[in-house]
Amino acid sequence: MSQSKNNNEYLLEVKDLKMYFPVTRGLLRRKVADVKAVDGVSFSLKKGETLGLVGESGCGKTTVGRTINRLYKPTAGEIIFQGEDIAQLPEKELKPVRREMAMIFQDPYSSLDPRQSAGNIVGEPLIVHNITKNKDDYYERVERLFQMVGLDPALMNRYPHEFSGGQRQRIGIARALACNPSLIICDEPVSALDVSIQAQIINLLMDLKSEGDKLLTYIFIAHDLSVVKHISDRVAVMYLGRVVEITTPGELYNNPLHPYTQALLSAVPVPDPEIEEKRERIILEGEVPSPLFPPSGCTFHPRCPMATPECSKTIPELRDCGNGHMVACLRV
Amino acid sequence: MPETVVNTETVAEVQPRRSEWKRFRRVFFQRKVAIFALIIICIMIFTAVFAPWLAPYDPNEQNLSNSMAPPSREHLLGTDRLGIDTFSRLIWGARTALIVGFATAFISAAIGTALGMIAGYFGGVISTVIMRFMDALMGFPMIVLALLLAGVLGSGMQNIIIALTVASVPGYVRLMYGMTLSVKENDYILAQRSIGSSSARTIWKHIFPNALQPMIVMLTSALGGIIMAESGLSFLGVGITAPDVAWGSMVADGFKYLQTYPILSFAPGVCIMLVVFSFNILGDSLRDALDPRLRGTL
Repeated sequence: MSQSKNNNEYLLEVKDLKMYFPVTRGLLRRKVADVKAVDGVSFSLKKGETLGLVGESGCGKTTVGRTINRLYKPTAGEIIFQGEDIAQLPEKELKPVRREMAMIFQDPYSSLDPRQSAGNIVGEPLIVHNITKNKDDYYERVERLFQMVGLDPALMNRYPHEFSGGQRQRIGIARALACNPSLIICDEPVSALDVSIQAQIINLLMDLKSEGDKLLTYIFIAHDLSVVKHISDRVAVMYLGRVVEITTPGELYNNPLHPYTQALLSAVPVPDPEIEEKRERIILEGEVPSPLFPPSGCTFHPRCPMATPECSKTIPELRDCGNGHMVACLRV
Repeated sequence: MPETVVNTETVAEVQPRRSEWKRFRRVFFQRKVAIFALIIICIMIFTAVFAPWLAPYDPNEQNLSNSMAPPSREHLLGTDRLGIDTFSRLIWGARTALIVGFATAFISAAIGTALGMIAGYFGGVISTVIMRFMDALMGFPMIVLALLLAGVLGSGMQNIIIALTVASVPGYVRLMYGMTLSVKENDYILAQRSIGSSSARTIWKHIFPNALQPMIVMLTSALGGIIMAESGLSFLGVGITAPDVAWGSMVADGFKYLQTYPILSFAPGVCIMLVVFSFNILGDSLRDALDPRLRGTL
């Protein structure tokens, strides 16, 4: 499927993606401002790659994921998926795209319909896309999906409230796998789970990657840096709707270039008390500015320890600092 | 897809099945008054269905030589001014009351649910048009609106059902609109869009079942109100007309003889009261038994 359509090496290319949510006031719903949730994000993703997307709450990670999945219609920019720009496609033409792209949600409690049995939830994409030939084929596939995510197929008739959080997330993963997609967007799939379960789910996702007959590509959204380091091939750091740094996890952890990334990494506690005592922490001042009225120039400049007057005027572009290590900072 | 089992590690033990149905039965039947209401309703339904076989006389058969007879072995509740057997009229009246009640409740619930879910799911202009129209309808008290419509359409069972349906639709639209808005916020609705499910499918398979419970409660409670409204209209003379028999018009007929011969008004009056009371109790008990927020306390 994907091979015929797309001969270049990128599965997904996002170019200058913008997603503004209008703020309306009054009886006539006049637009008074825009929440610039995503403001010019660009990256590309090779087949089989895992891109980690990190950043603090409200920086637009989830919005990026949902916009790529076309749950929102982007304000501007291109989303080139399998060689086709899907950014402005109407809902009707999106159906084949939806089959190739799946999403795993953060909250395993609200992402499963409480009135549907686990089997129905997992099998629904098969019905929606008319994939299975008959009833037997359908049950066989649902059963296989259950086995793939480590659930007993005998539990097909149970309802979501009868499962634990980790098991529910497995159901969500099975649903995402149902149509055999090439891209899965994982929107903080483990943040709502216990630490012990987190590891299971992460390992499951990593195992699944190479198990299918198609190499899975992930966009892995998280705010937990250690989780992202473990699973990603490349990591993108976001701040206030923009990507400030993209590189490999090793490079990012050993040689963070953007001052925001440095501050973010220094906030991760070290389990060794002696090192923890000695190490230097960069403490950011102030709050994340409102995406309604983002600061001029580099949006990070009001909190940046190394900002110059120039930073409040010029918007820094992402540029390569060697070996594909991309940074958006004037001072680097 | 591969044949291999990817993840064979034992997954935490699944909890034993929690039966919702068991809890429902326990809470529901805990109340003696709910059982009483259920019995009354069952008797009413039985009476309504088998009216032709249960009624000893024709409910419209006049016998002027035997008018205003007191209760006797032949006429259990006596006869009215035209010599018609009151007990037979009561039995046939149950049929009218339940037909009007159920027809109105279900038709208005169906229309209201559809409109409410459409308004809530699509939002925007569609919801503004539907909801403002419903607000306008809600501006009139139900009985006044029904009276107006019945006056325009004329009396008769079919027109009464139409009038009462129009009057009770806004309530359902309101309820389902609110429920849809709240259900829509769940991630599983977003997940439906993500897998490419159509709006119709999402509304029918995912919003409707999750918004259904308060609707069932409202429907049951509304039945009492509808029967009451139908009786009111019949009492006022714009409701059910002969040959159909209505409790409301029976009360009105007997009203003139209230002091000398009270049973003519009281007998249908008690029937109306019992039915309305039973449906209200049933609605209340259903709400308690179905409401997930009361889980644990009841």
